[in-house]
Amino acid sequence: MSEASNNTSKNTSKIEIRGLRKSFGSNEVLKTISLDVAKGGVVALIGPSGSGKSTLLRCINLLVTPDGGSVRVGDTRFAFGAGTKLPNVKTLAKFRATTGMVFQHFNLFPHMTALQNVMEGPITVRRMARADAETLARAQLAKVGLAEKADQYPATLSGGQKQRVAIARALAMEPDVMLFDEATSALDPELVGEVLAVMQRLASEGMTMVIVTHEIAFAREVADRLIFMRDGIVVEEGPARQVIDNPQEAATRAFLSHFHRTGALPPANAAP
Amino acid sequence: MYQWDFGILWSYRWLFLNGLGVTVGFTVVIVVLGLVFGLFGAFGTLSRFRAVRLIALTFIEAFRCTPILVQLIWFYYALPILAGVEMTPITASALALSLYGGSFYSEIIRGGIVSIDSGQSEAGAALGMTPGQAMRRIVLPQAIKRMIPALMNQSIIQFKNTSLVSVLAVPDLVYQSQVAAHDSYRPLETYTAVAVAYAAILIPLTILVRRGEKRMAVGE
Repeated sequence: MSEASNNTSKNTSKIEIRGLRKSFGSNEVLKTISLDVAKGGVVALIGPSGSGKSTLLRCINLLVTPDGGSVRVGDTRFAFGAGTKLPNVKTLAKFRATTGMVFQHFNLFPHMTALQNVMEGPITVRRMARADAETLARAQLAKVGLAEKADQYPATLSGGQKQRVAIARALAMEPDVMLFDEATSALDPELVGEVLAVMQRLASEGMTMVIVTHEIAFAREVADRLIFMRDGIVVEEGPARQVIDNPQEAATRAFLSHFHRTGALPPANAAP
Repeated sequence: MYQWDFGILWSYRWLFLNGLGVTVGFTVVIVVLGLVFGLFGAFGTLSRFRAVRLIALTFIEAFRCTPILVQLIWFYYALPILAGVEMTPITASALALSLYGGSFYSEIIRGGIVSIDSGQSEAGAALGMTPGQAMRRIVLPQAIKRMIPALMNQSIIQFKNTSLVSVLAVPDLVYQSQVAAHDSYRPLETYTAVAVAYAAILIPLTILVRRGEKRMAVGE
């Protein structure tokens, strides 16, 4: 690591990424990416598969270690590249505790109930007392509309319910930012709405969010900024509605032509 | 025509019982020690450091790919010459059998750990767990469940392998029955009885393991 410095910066951006580079072998996945997310901002990352958007998201909480550039979330900044040492295990863990992540395939812990899944972070990472963790976890489950599913194991939940538990699990860490990695891509179409509804409410409560998604209509509705990536570079960036309704770049237009861009969001059937 | 006479074995019952006690006790020791070695071996092969991985792999393959009988003899007769370490037959055979079993255990444990989807430890990391915490809280509880049938199976093999320690004059069931066979001139009856004794202990155990496997499969 470099500087996990505590410079209380004057600018208001919550996430600041500068010159981020990442290669897997000879495959250059991210080519000098820069990105800012304002406090309370919601940024949607869209682009064809292989464009690097998931890798970019995973670089924000350092699940993927960048080759170069810098990542700042809140007051913690890491620089990468020649002459910098990789962050040690403890520093990384502490940093990740402040960023929540939701995965495409939920990654719930199958040996724990929904409640235990949500309690796990507070107990193991935040060293919270069991009773306090349980109160917190029940509140988070209630928030995603799953209070009555607390004692069920993930195997008995639907995809949409699993993903809502996963969101509650991330929120129980009371993170500064939330990262969503194609959170609805593995869901049956009729279950997408209930997860999007939870994400939409989270955004309206002022959570800083970065969302990798294929739900263009959702991005248009909920995100305030939109970034279109292709082949490891940012092709186009701007206010979500403007980019979606009126894309400037040919590549953006070509990509967006595959989607219904407007219209109602999928209904949240199991709305809490 | 051979006249079977099992009645004669009755007078050796204390000898057999004594040997059986040694066999069972010995099994417990080499299963526990073997699991400890296996744990070290498994984490060694999964280490971030190349040197540690190489050392662990070398040990595992050395014990996995040579006959246990040779290892027993080697530990007792060759180690004192090479390293100047004198060991009693019991220590030498406990060590050899534990390391031999440990090499198989470590492959089972390693396989169990890597069979858990990497998304699990990733989810732990995303919550802010250190790799150690994610291993203890998330990966191992799931992996152990998958390992248990294979570990039980290997332990059954360990139990049978104890019969080899008789070559170093450790007084286990097989050794004592050799004594009885020489004394009574009834080797056929004696060894048949030994086989029955092993089976009588192992068959209920294998049934338990199979039941466990079925329960595990339901839980998946």
